[in-house]
Parts: sequence; C-alpha cells; structure tokens
Amino acid sequence: MKHSAFFWFVLPSAVAMLLFIFFPIVSVVVQSLHSAHEQVIIEVENCGPFGCTTATAIDQEATATLRQDQPLGRFAGLEIYKDRNHLATAQIGPLWEQSTGIGDFIGKLMNLPFYKAIGFTLTFTFVVTPLTIIFGFIIAVAVNSAARAIRGPLIFFSLLPMMVTPLIGSLILFWMVDARGILGTTLRWLTDDPSLSVKADTGLMWIMLMVYGVWHSAPFAFIVYYAGLQTVNTDTLEAARIDGASRWQQIRHVVIPHLLPLTTFIALMQLMDNFRVFEPIVSFNASAHATSLSWAIYNDLGGETQQLSSAAATSVLTIIGVAILLSPVLIRTYRDYGKAA
Amino acid sequence: MNLRHILMTGSFLVAASASTSMAADCGIDSGRLSIVGNEFPAIQTVASNSQACDGLSEAKANLTADHQKINLAGMQGDPAEYTTAIVANSSIVALMNEDVIRPLDDLVAAYGQDIPKNQLITINGQVMAVAFMANAQHLVYRKDILEQIGMEPPKTYEDMLATAEKVRAEGILEYPLGGAYMAGWNLAQEFVNMYIGHGGEFYEPGTAQVSINNDAGLATLEMLKSLSAYMNPDYLTHDSNATSAEWEAGNVALMNMWGSRTGVLMDSEGSTPEVYENTMVGAPMTVAGGNAPASTLWWDGWTVAKNISDEDAAATFKAMKHGISSAILNDETMGQAVWMIDGYQPAPVNEGVFSAISMQTTPYPMLPHHGLLHTALGDNIADFLQGKESAEQALSDIEAAYMTAAKEKGFVN
Repeated sequence: MKHSAFFWFVLPSAVAMLLFIFFPIVSVVVQSLHSAHEQVIIEVENCGPFGCTTATAIDQEATATLRQDQPLGRFAGLEIYKDRNHLATAQIGPLWEQSTGIGDFIGKLMNLPFYKAIGFTLTFTFVVTPLTIIFGFIIAVAVNSAARAIRGPLIFFSLLPMMVTPLIGSLILFWMVDARGILGTTLRWLTDDPSLSVKADTGLMWIMLMVYGVWHSAPFAFIVYYAGLQTVNTDTLEAARIDGASRWQQIRHVVIPHLLPLTTFIALMQLMDNFRVFEPIVSFNASAHATSLSWAIYNDLGGETQQLSSAAATSVLTIIGVAILLSPVLIRTYRDYGKAA
Repeated sequence: MNLRHILMTGSFLVAASASTSMAADCGIDSGRLSIVGNEFPAIQTVASNSQACDGLSEAKANLTADHQKINLAGMQGDPAEYTTAIVANSSIVALMNEDVIRPLDDLVAAYGQDIPKNQLITINGQVMAVAFMANAQHLVYRKDILEQIGMEPPKTYEDMLATAEKVRAEGILEYPLGGAYMAGWNLAQEFVNMYIGHGGEFYEPGTAQVSINNDAGLATLEMLKSLSAYMNPDYLTHDSNATSAEWEAGNVALMNMWGSRTGVLMDSEGSTPEVYENTMVGAPMTVAGGNAPASTLWWDGWTVAKNISDEDAAATFKAMKHGISSAILNDETMGQAVWMIDGYQPAPVNEGVFSAISMQTTPYPMLPHHGLLHTALGDNIADFLQGKESAEQALSDIEAAYMTAAKEKGFVN
C-alpha cells in the first residue's frame, strides 16, 4: 500500500482513537497528579426550620481567586498514588514489621482499600477467565455435534446470558440466591443448614460473583469457538478417523491446535473485561464482601463529595494493571507474527 | 445534535407521564424549568405541580435515587442543564462547595414575600434554599406482635434489644429487627444516628480533624452489632427499599425507618391487612441513657442554579414556589410527608417525625467536609459487623480513610 493511501485509510480511526482514548487518558493522568486547593473555610450561621446553628462553609470568593490562578488545583505529584487509599506506601512497612507471618501480613494488607480491591479483582480475573474458556469450548463442541435441525435454537439459548443486560442478569441471580429464593432455599436444604445465607458470607459471595462472571461471559467464548469449529479442516479430521483416532484424540490433536489463536484472542478480551469487574458488585450489593478497582472509582465519584483525583489515580492504576496482565499474551502474539513474517 | 434531541424526547416522555396536574397560572411569561431530585412520593408531587405552570418554555423533571451522582455535573455547565435541584441538608453542601447554586434573596424579595421565614434556609445570611418538608428516622413497630408478648413500644435502643429478644424467644419471628444497614451510605447514616445518640462529636472543635475513635464511637459500633444480631443475616445488602419490602412481607416487628417511607408501609398496597393495619409509628429512640434521640432531622427543599439566565431563574423560582403552595395539598398528597406548607393537617403516619422535631433531634451536620466522613464510614463499618476486625481497628480505619480523602480535597493539611 502506498504511504498516502495508508495515511488516509487509518486517519478516521486514528482521529477517533486520539479523541476518545488518548486525550481522555492524558486528562485522567493530569488529574491524578493534582489535588484540590486548600479550602478557605469560614464560620457561618445556618438557619432553617429547626433553628440556627453555627457551622462552617467554603469561602467561595477566596476559592474563585485560587481557582483562577491554578485551574487544575495544587500539583501533588505522586502523593495521591502513595496515600493510604491507594498504594499506601507509608503504611506497608509498619504492617510488615507488626506481622507475625506472611499470612498475617496479607490479612492486614487486605484491610487497606486498594489491596482489598486488587485482591478480589485478581482472584476474579484468574478464576473466571480460564473457566470461561473451558466452558465456552465445551458448549461449542457440544452444539457443533448436535443435529443440524436443533442447532439454531441451541445457539440462541446458549447466547442468552450475554444478551441479558449485565445489571438485570445479576439482579436475577441476586434474587434467586436470596435466603427465600429458589437457589438459596435449595442450598439450605442440600447443606441441611437453616442459617446458611449466600449474601451474608464473604466466601459464598465471592463464589456467587464468579459464577455470575462465568455465566455471563461463557457465551462469548462459545460463539468465537463455534465460528472457529466451522473452519476445522474436515480432511484432516477424516484422516485422523481413518487412522483410528478416538473422539477425544481428534479434539486434542486436531481441533485444539487449530483453535489456539482464537484462545489467545478470547483470553485477551476476557482478561481485560474481568479486570474491570463492576456490575455484579453493584447489583449484588456486595461491597461489604468484595470490592474491585472499578468499584473503587465508582465509590469515589458517587459520594456526596466527589473525589476526582482519587478516582483518577485508581483509573491510572487500573490501566497499568491491564497493561501488566496483557503483556505476556501480547509479547507472545508479537513473536508469533514475527515468525510468520 | 440528533443525540440531544433523542435524549430530550426521552425526558419529555418522563415529564409527560409524571405531570398529571392541571395547568396552573403561576405568573410566568417565559423561561425554563428543569428539576433534578430524589424519587419519593412527596417530591414527585412537588415536581409535577411545578411543571404544571403555564408559560414555561420548557418544563421537565429528572427524579431518581441517584440524583446526587448527577446534580452537580448537571449544574456545572453554562447554561446549566438543571435549573433547580431538590436537595436535603446533606446534599446542599456538595452544591454549595462547588458554588453552583445562587443566593435567592433578590428572588424572595421580588416574588416570594409570602414564603414563611422558617422555610428559608439561610447560610451566612443568604437564602440558599426553600424547604418544604421535614424528615427523620424513627421507630416503626407492629402493634399486634408487641401486644402478643405484652410489651410497650421501646423508648430506647436497649428496650428495643430486650423486645427483640422476647419476640425471638417466644418463637414469633427469628429475625424481629429491620434496618437499612446496606454497606455504604445507609450503614454510615445508622452510625451517624447512633453516635449522635451517644453524645459524640465528629470533629475536634473548630477543625476538620476527625475524632470518632473514642468511647462514644466504640459504644456506637457495639450497639449496631448487637442490633444486627436480630436482623436477617443478609442485612448488609438491605437498603431502605429492601427493608420496606421485608416489613411488608411481615418478616419484621420493629425497625428504625424514614418518616417519608412510612406512608407506603401503612397503605393497603403490597401487604396483607395483618401487617399494614398493625403498623404503627413511634418517636425516635434514645440510647445509653442520653436525652438526645439517636436520629437526625432533615429538611428537603429546592435551590436555583447559578449558571442560568435571570429569566430562567425567575421562572424556576415561581414554578417551584407554586409546587410547594397550599394548592398542591389534597387527600392523596396530605400524608406523603410532614409538609411545611400552610393548610397541612398532620396524619397519624407523620407522628414519628413530629416527635423527632419536638424531642429536639439534632439536624444532620451541614459541614463542607462531612460528606467525606460519611463515605469513609460507609466503607469501613461492615468489616467490624462481620467480625473481621475489632471495633478499635474499624474506627482507626475510618479515621485514616477520612483524613486521606480530606487531605486530597484540601480540608486538612
């Protein structure tokens, strides 16, 4: 392709990426390096239906001058990244010294909001991603070997969890595992424990969130694998059969190697998606048991006083986290392409 | 531009379905009205009556439980999307902090001379909001269950524990207490109530330095934990809506609940006669021998955005004033709230809030940095209630989380 043709070809998407991805990230990074101005507080008398009280308020005139001088706020450098609500660099050392062992240290570390969030986020990512891939593959193989007449309806039903809006899907599961819901009651009956409650137990809540994660994203893996299965070379399969390969051997030695590039693709997408786990925590009201990085951002912005810099710092840490997670897969893909070329 | 049209059509549909009131003459020739506010029956009444004013070039309302997440962003633009925000004594602070609402003195002088003085919320001598209703959390109880066990409605939280124990011991209900204890805002609110009941002070006098790691703080956490032992084990996922649903299902005998939500519990919808006929309200309870109720007083009122034209501000003021005039009171709207409107006749359902006012319950603190403490409380109490950490640890976590946030926002050094 000519250079000029290439330029015009990628220009629209390059502009879109600059506008909607690059500039917002720059703005988030800048925001995370600044904190709010020192507040000019004045004492005021507040009167209302319940009488008068002395309280404080922000002096808006003084603040307006400060804002005019430094519209971004005070430059804080990496202070916000290092504070207790993020990386807590000053707190970790003392915690290590107080701890009796590595288990005790991790327990204490999980009391800090950022590490609590990343603890759940990573567990979720590394449990849900492989399970999604395995279930997606099993469903794809099963649907592919079903009779042609029922494949259409089967595909439709297998895709349903992905079509349901995440918030609605998780609400449905939330009510089903309620102590008086169908799954909650069944669990009580199965375990013979009348006080068992999924919503009250941290471990069970984690399991439920992960079950939801797999339920919601397995259809994505399924549809990608199903499309891949249509391209498996039938000659190779037939040759394998003539050589006396069992069904399992055909899958292991013909189908799986053929689908490996797709697995890389699904793993990439799922790692990114699962690292941003958010909706189930909100709709399961699970924040007492599990928090994630995305939830922490939401929590910073959702309070009565918005903590923009704190949310920005967590966002940048999330981006760094995604980059670290994806780097092995990306490096591998890059090398493969290198070989091919 | 198309997107804007689609969005506007959406909000017009909402507006159209909400406004069932007849058109009214409010003395408006032109100007815009765009309301953002919380969603409960009393606010819906005010919004639909304001929208019914003749002469508005645009009249819409966006009422949602998530109003606090959108009102600030919707008022920072110039011109602001929302010309008025319906707020309470906690949420007005966030708008004041960012300087997005205008003083109303000139508008009151020109068009609002007849608004009673006690409805005007003045901050530093300037009218910033007009209140129209009062709210508080107070006792709600089941008369039949208390009669069955032969006990009076509790006056203190200690009595409440004893009553709950008896209800459980007699095998009537396994989890007799209810409460909006969902981790986050609701749970933090219960802490604020109980801490005030214990006579605690949130800050070192005259500063934004938090000081809750003290005896009152410890006693507060212990009381919350004792109460939670009598609640449905899922209590950390129950907000006000879920708690009301538990009540209507007949699973709860006693709870501390918002006055603005008791009307729904006492009407015949969504429940059986056994429950709604026996639902009674009582005064807010005290704790640990204190005189001040372990509750907070709230007002709900409306503000006017700063970044709008004088014409829009005047139109919004007149329309909202009509929305809280005596004309809106009828049989249906009378019991929706403790209105501060002339002609309001208190109903039995409102007695809880009236008791809260007459017992001189403390109003919820209106301090510019208190929202940060509320968030820190909401994030850190659940660990203690679940037995994952000690009360001292929970209090020191709250203090540390608050101080970090307050430092970032410039309230402390």
